[in-house]
Amino acid sequence: MEPQAIDIGMALAEQFPPLSAHAAAVEADRCLYCYDAPCTHACPTHIDIPRFIKKIATRNLRGSAQTIFAANLLGATCARVCPVQELCEGACVLGADHKPIAIGRLQRYAMDYAQGHGVRPAVEATPKGRPIAVIGAGPAGLSCAGELAKWGHAVTIFEKRELPGGLSTYGIIALREPTAVALEETRMIESLGVKIETGVEFGRDLSLAAVRAEFDALVLSAGLGRTPRLAIPGEEAILDGLAFIEASKIDPKSLHIGRNVIVIGAGNTAIDCATIAIRLGAERVTMVYRRNEREMSCYAHEYDFARREGIEFRFLSQPKRVLIENRAPLGLECLRVQLGAPDASGRPSPALVPGSEFVLPADQIVKAVGQERPALAALLGLKTSKGFIAVDPDFRTSLDGVYAIGDCIRASGAASTVMAVEDGKLAAAAIHRQLAESGSRAWGDEPTAAEVR
Amino acid sequence: MADLRIDFAGIRSPNPFWLASAPPTNSGAQIHRAFESGWGGAVWKTIGAPVLNVSNRYGAWGYGHQRMLAINNVELISDRPLETNLREIAEVKRAWPDRAVVVSAMVESKPEAWRDIVCRIEDTGADGIELNYGCPHGMSERGMGAAVGQAPEYCELITRWVMEAATIPVIVKLTPNVTDIVPPARAALAAGANALSLINTINSIVGVDLDTFELTPNIAGKGGHGGYAGPAVKPIALNMLAALGSDEVIAKAGLPLSGMGGIATWQDAAEFLLLGASSLQVCTAVMHYGYRIVEDLCDGLSNWMNEKGFKTIAEVTGRSLHRVSDFKDLDLSYRAVARIDVEKCIKCNLCYVACNDTAHQCIDLISRDGAVVQPYAYDARSNGKHDAIATRPQPTVREEDCVGCRLCYNVCPVDNCIQMVELPSSRSAVTWSELAEKHTQVTEDWETMKAYRERVGIRIH
Repeated sequence: MEPQAIDIGMALAEQFPPLSAHAAAVEADRCLYCYDAPCTHACPTHIDIPRFIKKIATRNLRGSAQTIFAANLLGATCARVCPVQELCEGACVLGADHKPIAIGRLQRYAMDYAQGHGVRPAVEATPKGRPIAVIGAGPAGLSCAGELAKWGHAVTIFEKRELPGGLSTYGIIALREPTAVALEETRMIESLGVKIETGVEFGRDLSLAAVRAEFDALVLSAGLGRTPRLAIPGEEAILDGLAFIEASKIDPKSLHIGRNVIVIGAGNTAIDCATIAIRLGAERVTMVYRRNEREMSCYAHEYDFARREGIEFRFLSQPKRVLIENRAPLGLECLRVQLGAPDASGRPSPALVPGSEFVLPADQIVKAVGQERPALAALLGLKTSKGFIAVDPDFRTSLDGVYAIGDCIRASGAASTVMAVEDGKLAAAAIHRQLAESGSRAWGDEPTAAEVR
Repeated sequence: MADLRIDFAGIRSPNPFWLASAPPTNSGAQIHRAFESGWGGAVWKTIGAPVLNVSNRYGAWGYGHQRMLAINNVELISDRPLETNLREIAEVKRAWPDRAVVVSAMVESKPEAWRDIVCRIEDTGADGIELNYGCPHGMSERGMGAAVGQAPEYCELITRWVMEAATIPVIVKLTPNVTDIVPPARAALAAGANALSLINTINSIVGVDLDTFELTPNIAGKGGHGGYAGPAVKPIALNMLAALGSDEVIAKAGLPLSGMGGIATWQDAAEFLLLGASSLQVCTAVMHYGYRIVEDLCDGLSNWMNEKGFKTIAEVTGRSLHRVSDFKDLDLSYRAVARIDVEKCIKCNLCYVACNDTAHQCIDLISRDGAVVQPYAYDARSNGKHDAIATRPQPTVREEDCVGCRLCYNVCPVDNCIQMVELPSSRSAVTWSELAEKHTQVTEDWETMKAYRERVGIRIH
């Protein structure tokens, strides 16, 4: 029997409704207006949170939005996808005895107002500064480009995909961030004088030499690659988690959902995949993870969310092979795992239990086990750290005039949108300073080995 | 159990809570319901001269989302026919013999008008009369209300006319729109008034509409000052009540005082009693929440009295009056400093910014390792709740520099987190009066003052 037709728009509609004007004002009034507030410290972009909340309380929504933009151009995305429990709200002084202020939802309230009323960050209208190229129109690239535009530079972002926005557009489940919000945010960045050229892949359609000929500096914000191979028999029948989320946002009609779905992985992307499957009609969704609950890399609140959605979990299970019939999966054979001494990541190392094979039936299997390391590092011969592009505190790579930001440099710590936005902001300041100091282009006049390639 | 009954200048009621003369006491039907809810008495909305009212009578002042911390009104005295009011007063009094039914009155400043209204009120069987010398809008333009209360000689003259005619207790209700509340009060006393009540409402403009630029409330494009009342005016009322309670002439005469002006809770009520009130009147809080609030007014007051060992309202009345003092008689050597309880402190830094920007710069931010740090000192790359919480400095009072201004105590959002702690003083107690008498030079000449400070060890930084 076919599952009943599900309205995908409704099933994946944004999880939280916008706050009403009254609810926003009441919540804003609850804020104590701390001085040198811990929420501001905890925010990677250090938004002056008490200030923007106070402005909501006084109904100065334009000023509230500008306060957010001053520290974070992607406030609309961050308001939705930030793990506020770990950041601003987690640090709220009211958290201990009461409920922390709903900072994320208040920020969304101010950002919704900005999007609805055309409030733009204040920028000099004509880019009269230096030409700068940015590779990748994800959060890091958009933030960096927008910040450089604020300094008056002429920035062009080259994006290989059809749409800008990176993971905000393609990789985050719509119930957290609808595509329209991400795209509106990219239009706002464009309105600051930033050019975005989509469908241009660096290394294929655009060479470093071409960039060096036209631009004074280059920023790499290309993110990470596809989901890595599991290297198990039958992997060709496993769907890529990022592609699965992308389909649900961009072309939901093309998305086939199984009745009994397995998602391999335990990060936030894996949770998103499992949520899509269960909301779009799967009868049973099971997340398979080789370690235990404690070691899951998703945020605690995402795990709680998944459990409330009715998603099941099989911990201490290592996929061994996919059972296939007529090119369709029948099930996933796994081995039981015992946890041993901590490994390099500090988590207990998983050890397979020989002969413990068992089969989890499934007619659809999705993998979301991280992303491959950035391909650009090898292409440009950049120094790396654990496979990520290595940068100095000013986000300079080993190549003169080439900077890198965002997930592609995140060798330690959790990759997140807000960290990417902060990278973009700090890098923009560093680039501006260095271009101003040198008075010339960020690269020397002699071509490098990598450029000649 | 505490006995809440009162005998106020001969007017008895089962509890000290009366509805003040105002919209909640506009009609017999309302007062029936109020008495059913437990109100001890009601002062009928002022009857007297003929009036016409306007629409949009009330404006309110709120803060944040706390509505109506004060109300402002341009409503006049009762606009119902005099006969209707008099008939209903008689009905209410017959139906509620144990409650205080007092009638507020205001007529033209003519002896015959006052004598007439007094006689008609007495015919209803009411327990007392309240003379409205306070209404600050409308009526005052016609020479009534506050126009009387603001001129002690009118106050005395009219009260005399009333006292000549009245056989039931007469309460004179005073206006706060004066620089000194004592002269009109003494004038009423001199004319033989049996009691005083205060405060009436305060002149006010409550606001301006930022879209239309009209005053609030808007009356066909215009507005004007109206009477201000409610929780926000309580401190003003307490001060005026205490001024009368500690005035030697009023106190010696033993004139009972009916306190009002912002009473919303039993705590407010207890404070009015402690500063000399022996009956209490309430309006704005009832206009906000209805008659039902009298239940907790009585219950809370009764529980507090039991806890403190007070058996009667009379035992509470005036209990704190002896503490009311002029500045010149305060002990200049008393020393208190702020102390922050680190266990309770949530590190919002409101005390720090208040002290640093607007007081005496004696709160430091102390890091985990004991160093004084500046605000916003963290690295731009530091983030996350763990960093923010673990590195957050502790506001700490530098007691040797604290002048004991108590600003931090007032801004702290956590109950009992900041305490004002009395420190032993190195100086013997002295008041400004004593200094002025014994060391006159010190109080008149800066150089001598400096030498005096040096001698007794007063350091101003």
